[in-house]
Amino acid sequence: MIYLTLFYEFFKIGLFAVGGGIATLPFLMDLTDKYDWYTASELTNMIAISESTPGPVGINMATYAGYQAAGIGGAIVATVSLVLPALIIIVIVARFMKKFYDNSTVQAAFYGIRPAVAAAIAFAVWGLCEITLLGKDSTGYHPLWINIVICAAIFGLMQFKKLRKLHPLWWMIAGAVLGIALQL
Amino acid sequence: MTKISDLFTSFFKIGILTYGGGLAMLPILKREIVEHRQWTTEEELLDVYAISQCTPGIIAVNTATYIGYKERGIAGGIFATLGVILPSLVIICLVASVLRQFMENEILLHALAGVRIVVCALMLNTVVTMTKKGVKDTLGIFLFLAAFLLATFSPIPIVVLILSAAVIGIFSQKLPKTKSTNGGSEK
Repeated sequence: MIYLTLFYEFFKIGLFAVGGGIATLPFLMDLTDKYDWYTASELTNMIAISESTPGPVGINMATYAGYQAAGIGGAIVATVSLVLPALIIIVIVARFMKKFYDNSTVQAAFYGIRPAVAAAIAFAVWGLCEITLLGKDSTGYHPLWINIVICAAIFGLMQFKKLRKLHPLWWMIAGAVLGIALQL
Repeated sequence: MTKISDLFTSFFKIGILTYGGGLAMLPILKREIVEHRQWTTEEELLDVYAISQCTPGIIAVNTATYIGYKERGIAGGIFATLGVILPSLVIICLVASVLRQFMENEILLHALAGVRIVVCALMLNTVVTMTKKGVKDTLGIFLFLAAFLLATFSPIPIVVLILSAAVIGIFSQKLPKTKSTNGGSEK
């Protein structure tokens, strides 16, 4: 039963993705190994669309993943399952939220969690780059040099103070234009 | 008394106006919840925000649940949350189904190939920012490297890695030299 699988997977993501939308990425990447709902390359498209349409990125990505897995019903199940743990947790801690947050043990736990979450995201991003930039497939690596150069150039441009605040959508439009012009 | 339908429509509006999430959302939340509806103060909103970054889940959802629950109990929490996720459900399903129909289109395929490169650059940039904010001392560097290597070379699930990091964080607190880091990260 695909809806039960979706519920289980996305409830788990909702429970463990600490730090906002992008923290769901390692888990979504994990799903590409377990199920044939979408490929890692499709996941990259999903990130692009989630970043450039209205709505919080984490919700958009879960909706998209659910849709890929089982259509509109899947989208609803995935999204609702994703928000359910937060709903339960917030209702429980709402009353003593401040105290909970100021608790030194809770602070210490998150002090440990933050680097691990950053590492998990880095690992997932590496997986995306392997496919888009290094041309990884079942036979090995086939580096795509044009892609590597474009990615390095865009990453470099993003480091400029004036360009740092630019909305991701504009970078994606630039990428789309480049993709069409260079027949990538 | 706040109406449940007001909670729903306000957060629906916030869902539509949110682009990206995280900090980008704060001005929109402030205008709707603090200035227009006066459900909370700016100070409390910032607190909820800080806590949301440290509790599981999407920040937008956590804020919606918290404000909704505070105003109208569990039903308020549920309807505020439904409001914030509904725009995503509708828009993403539409885009995904349209995209599926045009997947054979040459131009779209080239455009998406270009967009995927940009996503790599954007995500690398996110990793750099997150690492700068989350990794602040030797223990942080150790946890980052250990988690990255274990994720790459071992079959240990991410959930186990994150839980272990939490346990290490709690124990490290008992060591005398550890400086306390106050949750100063913004994203």
